[in-house]
Amino acid sequence: MAAITLEGVGKTYAGGVDALPSIDLNIADGEFVVLVGPSGCGKSTLLRMIAGLESVTRGTIRIGERVVNTVEPAERDIAMVFQNYALYPHMTVRQNLAYGLKNRKMAKDEIARRVDEAAKILEIGPYLDRKPKALSGGQRQRVAMGRAIVREPAAFLFDEPLSNLDAKLRVQMRGEIKQLQARLGTTSIYVTHDQLEAMTLAHRLVVLNAGRIEQVGTPLEVYRKPASTFVAAFIGSPAMSLLTAEAAGGVARLGDATLALPADVTAIGEVVLGLRPEDLTPVPAGTEGAIPMTVSYIEELGAQRLIHGQTAGQGIVCAVPSDVEVGASLAVLPSSGALHVFDAKSGRRVN
Amino acid sequence: MKRTLFRQRALAYLLIAPQLAVTAIFFLWPTGQAIVQSFQQEDAFGLHTSWVGLANYRALFSDPTYIQALGVTVVFTVAVTLSALVVALLLALAVDRLVRSATVYTTLLVWPYAVAPAVVGVLWWFLFNPTIGPLPYVLEQMGYQWDHSLHGTDAMILVVIAAAWPQVSYNFLFFVAGLQSIPASMREAAAIDGAGPAKRFFTITLPLLSPTTFFLAVVNLVYAMFNTFPVIHATTQGGPAGATDILVFKVYQDGFVALNLGSSAAQSVVLLVIVIALTAIQFGWMERRVQY
Ligand SMILES: Nc1ncnc2c1ncn2[C@@H]1O[C@H](COP(=O)(O)OP(=O)(O)OP(=O)(O)O)[C@@H](O)[C@H]1O
Ligand SMILES: [Mg+2]
Repeated sequence: MAAITLEGVGKTYAGGVDALPSIDLNIADGEFVVLVGPSGCGKSTLLRMIAGLESVTRGTIRIGERVVNTVEPAERDIAMVFQNYALYPHMTVRQNLAYGLKNRKMAKDEIARRVDEAAKILEIGPYLDRKPKALSGGQRQRVAMGRAIVREPAAFLFDEPLSNLDAKLRVQMRGEIKQLQARLGTTSIYVTHDQLEAMTLAHRLVVLNAGRIEQVGTPLEVYRKPASTFVAAFIGSPAMSLLTAEAAGGVARLGDATLALPADVTAIGEVVLGLRPEDLTPVPAGTEGAIPMTVSYIEELGAQRLIHGQTAGQGIVCAVPSDVEVGASLAVLPSSGALHVFDAKSGRRVN
Repeated sequence: MKRTLFRQRALAYLLIAPQLAVTAIFFLWPTGQAIVQSFQQEDAFGLHTSWVGLANYRALFSDPTYIQALGVTVVFTVAVTLSALVVALLLALAVDRLVRSATVYTTLLVWPYAVAPAVVGVLWWFLFNPTIGPLPYVLEQMGYQWDHSLHGTDAMILVVIAAAWPQVSYNFLFFVAGLQSIPASMREAAAIDGAGPAKRFFTITLPLLSPTTFFLAVVNLVYAMFNTFPVIHATTQGGPAGATDILVFKVYQDGFVALNLGSSAAQSVVLLVIVIALTAIQFGWMERRVQY
């Protein structure tokens, strides 16, 4: 087990694609860090550089005390779980698990002990003598995890390991990975573009956008105080509504509505207001501080219904309990402290 | 493949009739002739034919030149297959490493396959010609006296190279395709699992390539055994002293040159049996052994 430190780590691919300009990140020993961001933002690139599968263009990567920039993947003491599992199809599950240990010239009985232990933890004992072809997606996923844990590495690296599973299995495996990591206490870096997966797994979230870190923080910090409009729109489901408004004298004007800005906001001129759908409550029209909206359509989610509408020509979403009847228009009131304010130009948070 | 249903059976038969006719005239009929002839003997003037039972076969397997030809064929076939496979695999590995879409290399390396076998034979015959060829000259500088018209080993090396040469490009294409179909993550996982390049090749790449390798091995065996007549004909003519006299060439020599039709027919039947056996092995193995 080890801490992982990235200092000014960057990657420019051959051909001049600047996938990552410069990343600084400290990952503590035993921490579960999730890299999350849209497709193409450089998550895999970063993870593969840490694994040693991709050369490092700039900066230094440390695993523990050691600088590993030019160290072979095998010598980095890491294990990786791939999106397609990358199980060796011509070997049985047992051989798959033992392969990495055998290559390291481990004693036979120690290999057997570790394989059996991993099989017990992951409940893959019955399949040890099968080939990967004869396993279901979920079982393969477990074997891939098993291959990582038998090694007892300093760190686990996961590259979207659940994206090939169906929704239900994904939720189950998510839980198992979380428990497994808590139990083993191994430093883990997990890449995903699924914000829900990121929220549920992470001790700390790293939100990436176009090769840059937008925000680092615990899932709740990121959810409650998104550092930019990008994070605000990306984290949380249903997504936060972002509305452009005019700020002056401690209030923001949004069409006919006037909203009191938080006390720490001194901005004047154009700002972007962020409102989470669940922070909006329908109120009688004309209520002080309420936002009038016309209803475009309604999404039924069972526990709640999402009202998609327009206010002052911009999209807004409000979540209401499923027993609330909705007409063609309504007024919604943001709960106190629920207003997120961003600079209109830079997109950075100002409150 | 799509199955088309013909309402009129007659039309269906009419449509495949030309193919059937070709097969019958150029394959079935001569095959039948050969089988019949292998049990017959003609007198010296070709006036009288008599049934001789298994005499032709008995004579064949007690003929030292035929036994030699069997041995030569085994050495030749194995050498051609192995060298064509190994060289092609090495080239494919180099290209696979170099660029994932190496169209230039792939195109260049396919060219030899498009050249007619007899031309290939003449080409190599020229390159290795003891009096005018450049290679014997180079070898002589290095202290080796090359003469494939005198030394059996030299002759064998020459025909093996000439025969393997066009197969390399064919095998290369299949190996490149096979290598590209192995996901990169498989090799990456093995690298993380502590396997060096050589170990990765032998424990991951080669086993995953085994269906391709097996398929090519059979194709190359059949090629070396039955399709190399033009190569031998254009270079060594089976010599010196039968050192490169493979079975297919001997059939031609004994039948069309020495006009010993009975023996030649018996040899053809032996070849036929070998083809059938190879095909059976191929189908049997394809199903069981080479899958994972
Ligand atoms: N081998 C490569 N050569 C050139 N550019 C590359 C290479 N691999 C990735 N890139 C580019 O680098 C950027 C980051 O790619 P990366 O694979 O890290 O994205 P990602 O965040 O993992 O996306 P996804 O969620 O789709 O997997 C992309 O713009 C991609 O086109
Ligand atoms: Mg990726």
